[in-house]
Amino acid sequence: MSLVNTEFIKESLNNNVRSDGRKLEDYRDIEIETGIIPQANGSARVRLGNTEVIAGVKFSVGKPYPDTANQGMFMVNGELSPISNPNYRSGPPSPESIELSRVVDRAIRESKTVNFEDLCIEEGEAAWMLSVDIYPTNADGNLFDAGVIAALLAIKNAKFPEYDAESGKVAHETRTKNGVKLQNVPVMVTIAKVGDKLLIDPTFEEESIMEARLNIATIDNGNICAMQKGGVTPVTNEELKNAVKLATSKGKELRKLINKY
Amino acid sequence: MAGKSDTPLVVKGKRIDGRKANELRKMTAEVGIIPQADGSARFTMGETVAIAGVYGPKEVLPKHQTKDDRALIRVYYSMLPFSTTDRCRPGPSRRSKEISKVMIDALEAAVITEKYPATAIEIHVQILNANAGTRTAAINAASLALANAGIEMRDLVCAVAAGKADDTVLLDLFQPEDNFGQADLPIAVMPNRNEITLVQMDGDLSSKEFDESMKLVMDSAMEIYEVQKNALIGKKENKK
Amino acid sequence: MNKMVKKLHVKDNDIVVPGQLLAEGMSYIPSGKAIRDGESITSTVVGKISNKGHVVKVVPIFEKYAPKQGDKIIGKVVSMNNYGWTLDIGVPVKCELDLREGSQSFIETGKMSQFFAVGDLVFVEIIGNRNGTFKVSAKDRLYRKLPSGHLINVDSGLIPRIIGKQGSMINTLKDESGCNVVIGQNGYVYVHCDNTENVFKVQEAIKLIESNTKSSGLTEKVKKMLGGKK
Repeated sequence: MSLVNTEFIKESLNNNVRSDGRKLEDYRDIEIETGIIPQANGSARVRLGNTEVIAGVKFSVGKPYPDTANQGMFMVNGELSPISNPNYRSGPPSPESIELSRVVDRAIRESKTVNFEDLCIEEGEAAWMLSVDIYPTNADGNLFDAGVIAALLAIKNAKFPEYDAESGKVAHETRTKNGVKLQNVPVMVTIAKVGDKLLIDPTFEEESIMEARLNIATIDNGNICAMQKGGVTPVTNEELKNAVKLATSKGKELRKLINKY
Repeated sequence: MAGKSDTPLVVKGKRIDGRKANELRKMTAEVGIIPQADGSARFTMGETVAIAGVYGPKEVLPKHQTKDDRALIRVYYSMLPFSTTDRCRPGPSRRSKEISKVMIDALEAAVITEKYPATAIEIHVQILNANAGTRTAAINAASLALANAGIEMRDLVCAVAAGKADDTVLLDLFQPEDNFGQADLPIAVMPNRNEITLVQMDGDLSSKEFDESMKLVMDSAMEIYEVQKNALIGKKENKK
Repeated sequence: MNKMVKKLHVKDNDIVVPGQLLAEGMSYIPSGKAIRDGESITSTVVGKISNKGHVVKVVPIFEKYAPKQGDKIIGKVVSMNNYGWTLDIGVPVKCELDLREGSQSFIETGKMSQFFAVGDLVFVEIIGNRNGTFKVSAKDRLYRKLPSGHLINVDSGLIPRIIGKQGSMINTLKDESGCNVVIGQNGYVYVHCDNTENVFKVQEAIKLIESNTKSSGLTEKVKKMLGGKK
């Protein structure tokens, strides 16, 4: 585990410089690859600086929930796997793992980018279950934003397998050409509060000294679709407003990049 | 094991992916892929992809598990949910726990544990894509990650399975062969020392077929070692 | 085996891996991370060969810092009691700075935090190991509390290159940036400067050293890099 000089990091933030030399509103370099896992129905790898996250989509067929008989099912599972960071422990999912899963789930679900009716095969009888699993390979901060990009692009990359209604079986070896049409591109921007500074896309080191965290997801028209505050330190209304502004403008930039894949 | 395939798996000594009976799948290896880890590696055998991250030597927790004269080796093997045909449930299963256990035995034989008394060396292995031979790919990745972490070892550990399909003894089965295989024999060896550190087997092999299988494995171990060696040396060259 | 077998399989600067056969015959002597196994000498790590006469030496390439007596290291004070301070030195070992090793002068227990307080960075020397706990000292004038500065984590194997031949590299770093640079053998470079911008220039320079294994002309490159931005 490396030593962190909290004092210096905070001091240089007062000069608007971060310990990796970035400005407060700078995002790290993003690298994206899709279709990297042959066994998955769809997959993507996203790198934010040193952070690396893999997302994979698996389709299965199940009975729709009675209250949404004409819709498919959707589930996001994320894990802070101990392979990716010395501070993560093996064992049952930690509250942080579950928070990651649920925040990514919310950003995608609430953006309505997936029309769940498209996942229905036969009303009340059979529908696709869309499972997205997110695994960090190297966790150096901001798994939320990387997780949303990876999950979204894995869905975009996914193709349905062949489904035989007669037998009720999914033939995973036969891929169709059809995928899930995305209605828009939700983008999450995570902002860390350190002192009175707001910084975008925190590294693991910055996460370890931040007082609060804001995850803000926006959709194509600039509206907000999901938010989450983490950390025990309160934020002011002013800070929250500024964070939303930051997230909206940065989200716009990121969306352009994501749309290329 | 499962029944017979509708189509033959071996025709005139050639397998359906074009390999000969004694031929390994294409292998790739890379080290240092997880900057947060003390050592890491990716190892692929055909479409099977394993990544490994080593943390340690570090403090043993809980403390009572400490071994005063040597390091404690821990292995956590897991298959990612999207790595298999049907999504597999995340979290440890009886299968993954057993594989982790035999991996400890396979790797501990190589690590000079007495150099690191009262510490723990944790090895995390994930299968990103499974196409048969995941435990052997996992061992190859873990062995590389240990060397990448600078942990002293007697030898690298090289693993591959031999097996039987269509009544033919084959090296390094891939999924279609594994699905209809008649026997599976995963083996790990320290190739410079000619010592075997992992043996598992299920299915049906005559003693002649067994000898044949072992010959295939032992003859190919050095080939795996060379791939591992190039990955370990390559890192240095890349830096130049 | 033929007792007369005597063969050297590697030459200087070869990169070897665990298990690799380096030499055969009892007349060769293993050194560094090489071991003898019967008649053979093999490597236990990924390393570089350095042969001298009959001594076959393997110098490791991937090495995690292992504390040893005499090392000059950087630590952070994590706790304090009447007997001294406990330090985090970035590796999972216990490290203590006893009260009497804190300074050349006598330290009153009530005034301990005037010397070192929890959270302070300190530059100290390892003076020994007692029952697995590493003992350090700050008695020598060289050692001291480091005022708030940037702490850069590097591979401990890189430290000799950051110091350079007769300190050529570290002097270049200091002179060209105007920063105070302290190097801990435990893999930390401390950089302090009134001008924060210069601190990050030094960080960039260290990245350059990290990515250039060939040392020829590196000092000049670093000089240019730091000087060019002045």
